Amino acid sequence: MSLTRQDVENIALLARLSISEAELPVYVDSLSKILSFVEQLNGADTGHVEPMAHPLADQVQRLRDDVVLEEDRREKYQRNAPRVEAGLYLVPKVIE
Amino acid sequence: MTELHHHTLAELAAGLRARRFSSVELVTHFLARIERSNPELNAFITVTAEEALRAAEAADKRLAAGEGGPLVGVPIAHKDIFCTDGVLTTCGSRMLSNFVSPYDATVVERLARAGVVTLGKANMDEFAMGSSNETSWYGPVKNPWDPKKVPGGSSGGSAAAVAARLAPAATGTDTGGSILQPAALTGLTGLKPTYGRVSRYGMIAFASSLDQAGTLTYTAEDAALLLGAMAGFDERDSTSVDTPVPDYAAALDQPLAGLKIGVLKEFFDKGLEESSATLVREALAQYERLGATLIEVSLPSLPLSVPTYYVVAPAECSSNLSRFDGVRFGYRCENPADLLDMYTRSRGEGFGAEVKRRIMTGTYVLSAGYYDAYYLKAQKVRRLIADDFVRAFARVDVLMGPTSPTPAFDIGAKVDDPITMYLNDIYTIGANLAGLPAVSIPCGFVGQLPVGLQIIGPHFAEAKLLNVAHGYQRETDWHKRIPRGYE
Repeated sequence: MSLTRQDVENIALLARLSISEAELPVYVDSLSKILSFVEQLNGADTGHVEPMAHPLADQVQRLRDDVVLEEDRREKYQRNAPRVEAGLYLVPKVIE
Repeated sequence: MTELHHHTLAELAAGLRARRFSSVELVTHFLARIERSNPELNAFITVTAEEALRAAEAADKRLAAGEGGPLVGVPIAHKDIFCTDGVLTTCGSRMLSNFVSPYDATVVERLARAGVVTLGKANMDEFAMGSSNETSWYGPVKNPWDPKKVPGGSSGGSAAAVAARLAPAATGTDTGGSILQPAALTGLTGLKPTYGRVSRYGMIAFASSLDQAGTLTYTAEDAALLLGAMAGFDERDSTSVDTPVPDYAAALDQPLAGLKIGVLKEFFDKGLEESSATLVREALAQYERLGATLIEVSLPSLPLSVPTYYVVAPAECSSNLSRFDGVRFGYRCENPADLLDMYTRSRGEGFGAEVKRRIMTGTYVLSAGYYDAYYLKAQKVRRLIADDFVRAFARVDVLMGPTSPTPAFDIGAKVDDPITMYLNDIYTIGANLAGLPAVSIPCGFVGQLPVGLQIIGPHFAEAKLLNVAHGYQRETDWHKRIPRGYE
C-alpha cells in the first residue's frame, strides 16, 4: 500500500491536523509502511468469524436511566478553557 | 537498619502500622530522593510535594487513631494519564501542558481514600502511545539501570521512578504492553488486570476496547495490596465490570504443586534474543521445581496480534482524540484565522509526531470505503486471537513466555522506524486484544539489564497470577536488586 502526498493531505484534513511541508514526506513514508504492514491480516481466513468489538464475551455496554446525576460544575471546568466570556466558550466567528 | 527506600510497599505499610516511622518521614525521604535524582532520570513531570506532606500528616493522624486499611500513609506515584483534582495532568502532551484537572480519576480517588499519598505525576509517552517513553513532550525518561537505555513505555516514568527507588510503587496503564514492557525493562513487577477490572473514569482514553489501569511494584505482594484498593465496579465507567473483588493478598501463598503452565511456542521465535530466552527457560525450570507441569501451547493466530493492534488501536485513538479541539480545554494555537484553522493548527501544534501518525492511521482505516477492509477485518482477526487463548486456558492454568524480545534498548535506536518500534510489543499485545490479565516479573539479568517473565491468565484470574508470581519471588531475589547509584 503506497500513499501519495495528496492522500496524506486529505487524511490530515479529515483528521483536522495541520501538517507542515517538512513533515509531509515523513508521513507519506511511514503511513505507507504501516498500511503495508497491516495488510498481512488479509492472509487470515475470517470467512465465518464474528467481529470482536468487546474483549469480554458476555459483557454489553450498560444503560442507565436518563436522569441528571452530575452537579453543575461549569465554572470550574471553564477555568481550563482557552477563552471564555460570560460563561460561554469563545471561538473564531463561524457565521458572517 | 536498612534505608526506607529498600523496603517493599507491604513492608512500608507494616512499618507505618507498627509506628516504626511516620508517613511524614516516609514522604519526606522519597521527596528528597526525587529532588536529587529526577533531574537525571526525568521520571516525574510534576512533583506534588506540598500536597503530599499534607496528605502524610492526615495519614499519620489516621494511623495514630488506628483507622483505615493496610495502605494508610504509603506514598506512590501516578502516571500522568490519571486526572488529579487541582493538579497539572498532561498525559505527556503539549496539548494538555496547561490542563489542571477539575476532578479525580476513580483510581486516584480510591487510593486517596485508602490513605495512599501521591508524590507526583510520572512521565509517559504522549497519550500513552510509545514503547520507549521517547514521545513525551517532556522529554525522554532514562532507565536507572543504564542512562543510555530507554525505560520502556508508555508507563516509562512510573517504571523508572519505582526502579530508582524514588517511589515505592506507581500506577500505570496498559493498552498494548505499556505496563508489562517497562516493568520488564526496569526489573519490576508489572500487573495489567483484566479489561474492566479497574475503573477508567478520569484515565485519559487512548484505545477504549484495550485500555486498562494497573500497577508497577517490586513484588506481587505489593501489586495485590494496590489492586485490592483500585479494583471494583464503578458506575462512571461504562466498561467497568460488576464482579466482586477477591482478597488478592490472601491467595498469595497457595502452593504451586500441580499448576499447569502453558509455554507459548510462538513467543520463542527468532525475534527473541537468545540471552533473554535462556533466562525465561530457567524461570520455567524453577516453576517445575516448585511442582508445576510445563505444557507447550501453540496460539497460531498470535503472530497477527501486532498488525491487528495497529488497526484497532489507531482507529479508536483517532476517535477518542477528536475531543481535543482547542475549544473547551487544552492547547489553542495563536491567532486562528477561522474555526477550521483553529482546529487544525491547535491539533497540529498540540500533538507530537507519533500521536499524529496514529490519528492519521486511524482516520484512514475508518474512512469511507476502507472500514471493512481494515477495521472490520482486524476485529475478526482479534476474535481468532482471543479464541486461541480460550482454547489454551481449557488445557492450562496460566501461560508463560518472555515479556519483551530484548532487554532495554538505546535511547534513539528505534525512533525513526515506527514498525521496528511497534514490533517491540509483539509479546504483550495478545493479552490486551483478548482482555486478559497479565503480569511481568524480573527473572534475571543480561549484563546489567533486567529481563521479564510474562504470565498471562484467564479473565479475572488476577489472584492466581499474583499467587504464581509470588511463588517465584519467594525462591528468587531478582526483584530485590537495586540499580547502581540508587542504593
